[in-house]
Amino acid sequence: MPRWHMMKKTMTTKTWVSLLVVSLLIGGGLSLTASSSPDGLEHVAGTHGFFGSAVSYLTGVIPDYALPGVDNTYLATALAGVVGTAMVFGTLYILGVLLFPRRQAGQK
Amino acid sequence: MHLPDGFLSNGVSAPLIGAAAAVGVAAISKVRSAFLKQVPVLKQKLATFPNVGGGVESSTQFVLTKVGKEHLWRMASVGAFIFAAQMVNFKVMDGVSGHLLGGVLAALILGPWAGFIIMTAVLTVQALMFGDGGIIALGANIVNMGVIACIGGWYAFRWLYVKTGKRKKFFLILAAFVAWVSVVAASAGASIELIVSGTASLSAILPDMIGTHALIGVGEGLITFGLLVLLLHKQERIAAMAYDEEDYDDQDMG
Repeated sequence: MPRWHMMKKTMTTKTWVSLLVVSLLIGGGLSLTASSSPDGLEHVAGTHGFFGSAVSYLTGVIPDYALPGVDNTYLATALAGVVGTAMVFGTLYILGVLLFPRRQAGQK
Repeated sequence: MHLPDGFLSNGVSAPLIGAAAAVGVAAISKVRSAFLKQVPVLKQKLATFPNVGGGVESSTQFVLTKVGKEHLWRMASVGAFIFAAQMVNFKVMDGVSGHLLGGVLAALILGPWAGFIIMTAVLTVQALMFGDGGIIALGANIVNMGVIACIGGWYAFRWLYVKTGKRKKFFLILAAFVAWVSVVAASAGASIELIVSGTASLSAILPDMIGTHALIGVGEGLITFGLLVLLLHKQERIAAMAYDEEDYDDQDMG
């Protein structure tokens, strides 16, 4: 089992802050260049004729990676990317805070 | 790779939801024990007469290691990266695209269990907020991309890395190769689920799924290679590499 509290002695979150910034740029910028072709699974489903059996019980708050209410499709995708990336970051950070008591050694 | 609802039968989806939940509980407990350390707590008690062991009472409690806070950042940032990168579909052939899965990437940077939690968070946000991947099929997607690609990828990588003599010059090549394998394996997992559900026949779907994802896996390998190069260049410790270091097990914490 990796015990990652022992992995690094001199600590810095700099790299990880940079990674978050890069992720936001990818979600809000590079995602606009994404290919709109069906992905591998959708393609196979199409060629084998079961693509139509897909049903959607939940369209989500931001369906198809476009923020609703934004007319410009590029802006809608960019905003959806930024919101989604921030949301995953927040989910994992909050999950971490909730799971792990924030008490330092020495305190009661 | 994200299975929508309707492709799988309930008889296949339900046990996979159970499996995903079970692995989730195990992952949280594993990560928690790595995150925290148990420290003895001394409590002053009134001395009593007759003496019933008073004076000092000892118990233990879990405290967050100092480094724990950085790990919150690591997990959250890697998760954010995987979500963002999954949005960027790249063309693999005419009319077919693919995107990063990220399972091996997460596992190699943070270990299999934290990696699994990251993949689960990404897939859950996608299903609930973006309607990407079904809600009943979420268990299947977590099993394919979290258990097969991420946890399976970790053990496949470790096995190969040890077999090849833990040579650091092979580290990145192996990482890219295992990333490729993980995409193919996850697509095989999805194919089997589709076949068992009666959605498609084995002979029809398996070669197609594996063939297409063998191409998508090349992109996976390249992105995994690229991010690991950057992190190693920044001298960040990578779980898959730090695992072998001598000082990995020292008590320099808290």
